[in-house]
Amino acid sequence: MSDKADDFAPSRRQFLAGAAATGVGAAAVGAGQAAQAATPDPLITEVQEWASGLGDGVDATPYGLPIQFEQDVVRRNVEWLTADTISSINFTPIHALDGTITPQGCSFERHHSGAIELRKEDYRLMINGLVDTPLVFSYADLERFPRENRVYFCECAANSGMEWAGAQLNGAQFTHGMIHNMEYSGVSLRTLLEEAGLAAAGDFKDKWVYVEGADASSNGRSIPLEKALDDVLVAFKANGEALRKEHGYPVRLVVPGWEGNMWIKWLRRIEVMDGPVESREETSKYTDTMADGSARKWTWEMDAKSVVTSPSPQSPITHGSGPLVITGLAWSGRGSITGVDVSIDGGKTWTEARLGAPGVDKALARFYLDVNWDGSEMLLQSRARDSAGYVQPTKAELREVRGLNSIYHNNAIQTWWVKANGEAENVEVS
Amino acid sequence: MSKFPKVIAAAALSAGLTLPAYGGTYGLGRPALPEEIAAWNIDVSPDGTGLPVGSGDALTGEEVFAEKCAVCHGDFAEGVDNWPKLAGGQGTLDREDPLKTVGSYWPYLSTTWDYVNRSMPFGAAQTLEPDEVYAIVAYILYSNDLVDEDFVLSNETFADVTLPNAEGFFVDDRLQSEAHFWKPEPCMADCKDSVEITMRARVLDVTPEETVATEAVVEEAAAEPVAAEPVVEAAAEPVVETVALDPELVAKGAKVFKKCKACHKVGEGAKNSTGPILNGIFGATAGMVEGFKYSKPMLAAGEDGLVWDEEALAAFLTKPRKFMKGTKMSFAGLRKERDIEAVVSYLRSFD
Repeated sequence: MSDKADDFAPSRRQFLAGAAATGVGAAAVGAGQAAQAATPDPLITEVQEWASGLGDGVDATPYGLPIQFEQDVVRRNVEWLTADTISSINFTPIHALDGTITPQGCSFERHHSGAIELRKEDYRLMINGLVDTPLVFSYADLERFPRENRVYFCECAANSGMEWAGAQLNGAQFTHGMIHNMEYSGVSLRTLLEEAGLAAAGDFKDKWVYVEGADASSNGRSIPLEKALDDVLVAFKANGEALRKEHGYPVRLVVPGWEGNMWIKWLRRIEVMDGPVESREETSKYTDTMADGSARKWTWEMDAKSVVTSPSPQSPITHGSGPLVITGLAWSGRGSITGVDVSIDGGKTWTEARLGAPGVDKALARFYLDVNWDGSEMLLQSRARDSAGYVQPTKAELREVRGLNSIYHNNAIQTWWVKANGEAENVEVS
Repeated sequence: MSKFPKVIAAAALSAGLTLPAYGGTYGLGRPALPEEIAAWNIDVSPDGTGLPVGSGDALTGEEVFAEKCAVCHGDFAEGVDNWPKLAGGQGTLDREDPLKTVGSYWPYLSTTWDYVNRSMPFGAAQTLEPDEVYAIVAYILYSNDLVDEDFVLSNETFADVTLPNAEGFFVDDRLQSEAHFWKPEPCMADCKDSVEITMRARVLDVTPEETVATEAVVEEAAAEPVAAEPVVEAAAEPVVETVALDPELVAKGAKVFKKCKACHKVGEGAKNSTGPILNGIFGATAGMVEGFKYSKPMLAAGEDGLVWDEEALAAFLTKPRKFMKGTKMSFAGLRKERDIEAVVSYLRSFD
């Protein structure tokens, strides 16, 4: 994508263009009215090129990309957030997606020293430390262990971090897009640790594993051995295909329900230890500063959270009043989503939304609320509830405990101000 | 050895028997050699476990820092642009926009040593000698007013240093301090009396604008669906027009250039960053990119008529600081001649 200045225009223009596009050939539909066509629709009455000529043959794109009309559905970066794009983050276009699985190609990226290219043939995974036999696995070795398939969300701890002090970024992609949800295929970490033997570790209770990546940042995190033996996966496929380069090809760690920084990409080493390393990423970063200046550490679990993805600032209502699908995503690092409530009046009253499918453990849930919009303003919110009994808090409730400097783990209720013309804006309400 | 069980398995299948299931381990992988473990197992724990023997003082560290770190972190560890500040900020943690540095926030010195050793300098990680790491870390302590300039940090003095915010952290207590977020029956109606908008994102206006490429597609498609140009092509990489360049070499150069990308931008829309933009650098006079603050030696070389031809670029890229003493470019250099050729070809494609 080019980043020429003249490629950009105010989002309002985009909004109007969207409205115009849907307006072609059909008048806006009023509440409870059927649409009336004034003149026959030439898209129907005239033979169109695509109905007469021929399309692409097979193999035109041996590995396909989305059709050109969807080329705005891409990851986006917020340039002012970081010094450069190599140690940086971008955002999943959640405002334009549906269902729960995130395609790899538009799933947010977070690199500390850039996305490296590591061949399977050059891949090595070492297990060392308090194990009976330190081992080295090749990629081919990993493929010979029993495999599991599991769907999990991966959320950066800093997702919504820019919103702590107030409403800042105007779009669900930017406020909540540091998340993706994929089906992983891989080997359980427990299997690999048991292969090396854990008798040397003694009592598991006070033991840790330190996991580290092969890239120049050698991003590393300490994980309690109990979690490592519970549900952590060493994954090599996502959504059925090889991991993309930007997601850690050929092998990444999957740490269900826990902050994305622990999901080490290009995983190269697992060390069983008798204490945490206290690496840069678990001390100077990914610790949550409270109002009094003290900081919480080891805040690994992602609290239950949700957001309305449409309508939202990047996905305005363009069809006028009448039937409207309000939809969004909900997730919890402590279990499954049991319900999502939606408010159109800024949290005075709530209506239970419909889940697209029953909540899955530590995976995204899609919710829908099908309404007959009367065309008046809405202060649209969603509120997630999870199987642990946790209810997504308001920003005010969170700030009361944590202050404004936490950066990480902002799981507050989001408000979109949807105006009568269908445009939406990120706001905060009392 | 590996073929034998396969034969048994096949025989078992054909006989209609179930395959033997594994009970414990699988016999996969191989023992890690001591040299291999030593090469990768270099993390350092808070108590100093993992530190190699070595030492370095703050004054030496200042020199190493100026050469290898200051381009991003500033001469005084104060940070350039958006790059991390490593010094200052003490007493700001409870204020609006706290400044989190090694001196004000980091709890353990081991973290600094470990991170510098394994992950820095940015773009040339794991090239520092242990003594250089000790010296750099000593200088970072000095720049935070935590030690004197003659302080020597070593594997032996390491334990003497306690960082100011060592006691500033507590273990996740959300289950207690946020217990009220677990609600048996969340409010569904009459949850508050009134709702007012208290803040709007649009007022701040810091959201990246979206491309209107889609708009163009939509409009064109609506007006004249047949003629809709594939916009994809317009956004593709600029076509290399210079005939003399070997496309394979240019492509290889694009890969090599990844080592440079942290600091140098090239191509359409490129801007000066830590280093100057490199559009049209081939054949240009040294130190002439507008708006970039060059080192004095680079400016002087340009005034003396240094032109970036094949030879000069090759010499500079082999050993930047040998070719130009005092350059701000903190890059160790490209070792392979072929890489230099490739990256020069790549840069020439942006003439």
